[in-house]
Amino acid sequence: MKIYVCVKHVPDTAANIRPLGGTAFDETVKFIMNPYDEYALEQALRIRESGSGAEVIAVTVGKEVATSTLRTALAMGADRSILVKTDAYFTDSVETGRLLYRAISLDGFPDLILTGRQSVDTEGMQIPYRLGVLFDMPVAVNVVTFSMVEGRVTVEREIEADVREVIEMTTPCVVGAAKGLNQPRCPTLPDMMKAKKKEIRVIPQADLGFPPPIPTVELLGLQAAPDRGRGTILEGDPEKMVRELLRLLREEAGVL
Amino acid sequence: MARIGVLIEAKGGEVKKTTLGALAAARRDPGEVYALLPEPNAEACHGVLRQYGADRIVTIRTPEADISPFPDVQAAALAAAIDRFQLDALLGVSGQAGRDLLARIASIAGAPLVLDCLDIDFPSGTVRKSHFSGKTTATLRLNGRPWILGIRPNIFPEKIDPRHGDIVLYEAPVPTSKRLVIREVKQGSSGGPDVSEAEIIISGGRAVGSAENFRILKECASVLGAAVGASRAAVDAGFASHALQVGQTGKTVSPRLYIACGISGSVQHFAGMKTAKVIVAVNNDLDAPIFQKCDYGLLGDLFEVVPALTRALAPAQAK
Repeated sequence: MKIYVCVKHVPDTAANIRPLGGTAFDETVKFIMNPYDEYALEQALRIRESGSGAEVIAVTVGKEVATSTLRTALAMGADRSILVKTDAYFTDSVETGRLLYRAISLDGFPDLILTGRQSVDTEGMQIPYRLGVLFDMPVAVNVVTFSMVEGRVTVEREIEADVREVIEMTTPCVVGAAKGLNQPRCPTLPDMMKAKKKEIRVIPQADLGFPPPIPTVELLGLQAAPDRGRGTILEGDPEKMVRELLRLLREEAGVL
Repeated sequence: MARIGVLIEAKGGEVKKTTLGALAAARRDPGEVYALLPEPNAEACHGVLRQYGADRIVTIRTPEADISPFPDVQAAALAAAIDRFQLDALLGVSGQAGRDLLARIASIAGAPLVLDCLDIDFPSGTVRKSHFSGKTTATLRLNGRPWILGIRPNIFPEKIDPRHGDIVLYEAPVPTSKRLVIREVKQGSSGGPDVSEAEIIISGGRAVGSAENFRILKECASVLGAAVGASRAAVDAGFASHALQVGQTGKTVSPRLYIACGISGSVQHFAGMKTAKVIVAVNNDLDAPIFQKCDYGLLGDLFEVVPALTRALAPAQAK
């Protein structure tokens, strides 16, 4: 059994992003594994540890530096990993889907593909679905519970606050993990040492065939989204503050 | 002339308010607007769709009467409708339900997809959406048709624009796929509107102190007609469910009014709510970063301020 986990190397959620003109941004900030992908990887490791003996392979599309996220995946427990190496930071979702599909297909037959429900950088929210069509597999995204019994996968998918769909799928299938699915493990120092011996196979993007000359969705530019300035600060008696706030919200802001 | 489809989401025979925003967004193009109704028995919606700008109302039927448990079949039916009516674009709402269906449709159609759009410019074929949550805004061009676009809820105000709304019946030929089925929809205990489509949100942070204390926010939310949200710190501490989390690893929201209670205002929290029209902060620490980036700040104890707000609003509601 082979489980492929698609991960992404993204700026830390605590990092400030500084656009540098065009599509460039300051990439010297701290990078991490996309938080949602951690839930996907953890789930894959649990499936392996539950006695299925599955092989867990982490796959990413990114620049050379994305190997550090693959090292994290290997330290968490992935058996080996694949980097589809690109020159640019941004790759459009259709192309990313195609590259993941090609890289995985060349490697083996997936019994399960797990990934995060979305990346926290470009937030395209479509890779699981693109993979589903390319591999001809059913897809469920925003998954908060997972179980697999005799080739059938049952998941709960959150659709609203406190409302969940219970979905049953045949395998192989694609699952997009959400927060709450599990508690991802933190690798220990020995885990990190062991990870250094595990394989990171690097495939240059060009080896997987040419992308279309124009991306399906083309990033033209990144602009800073400035925060609003310091607001009107009220203080003193709570009842008075609240009365003043309601007046401001009704008369000045017009939102009540 | 362009033909713009709008994916209509209805609940209990009523068109969702956020969907009317999608119709208004579609009407920005001078072309024809096709309202696509996946539910065949939604006649009650027709009047509203005409009033808010539908030139045509396409009622989609499939060989199987009820396709609601089969998202793949719904997506295939809608993709077939795009093809049949030669639509140049399909707009929907980027809520939890809409984004799932739109992504399925785009993948089947091999079409460009942008979800969570903040703005659409039809003549240039470009859209704006946030990258890195709200930290930056990206301008994207869609190459190739049809464009599949999900708009962020509450960004486009609905607009009355009466049209004929001729009814077109469309029998969609779809595969009877049974690889994926929704067995059940489980309703949790808390209820209340979802933060991602709410117009008013009142959120609590770590300072709320416990799950029990979230009750004061819920009480205020019910008189405000608001949804309850939470910061990552509050969710990680176990005070609130993941479903309520607002921020870069939670939900991105654009309500008319966002009230942050006991939330210091981390970069990742702001990323999720900075497009709110008005941000109010309640905090007892004048140095909290949130006071530097809000519209109105209330310096005080949330356990005094929030109940005072509830009391001040309750009589107004009783009238």
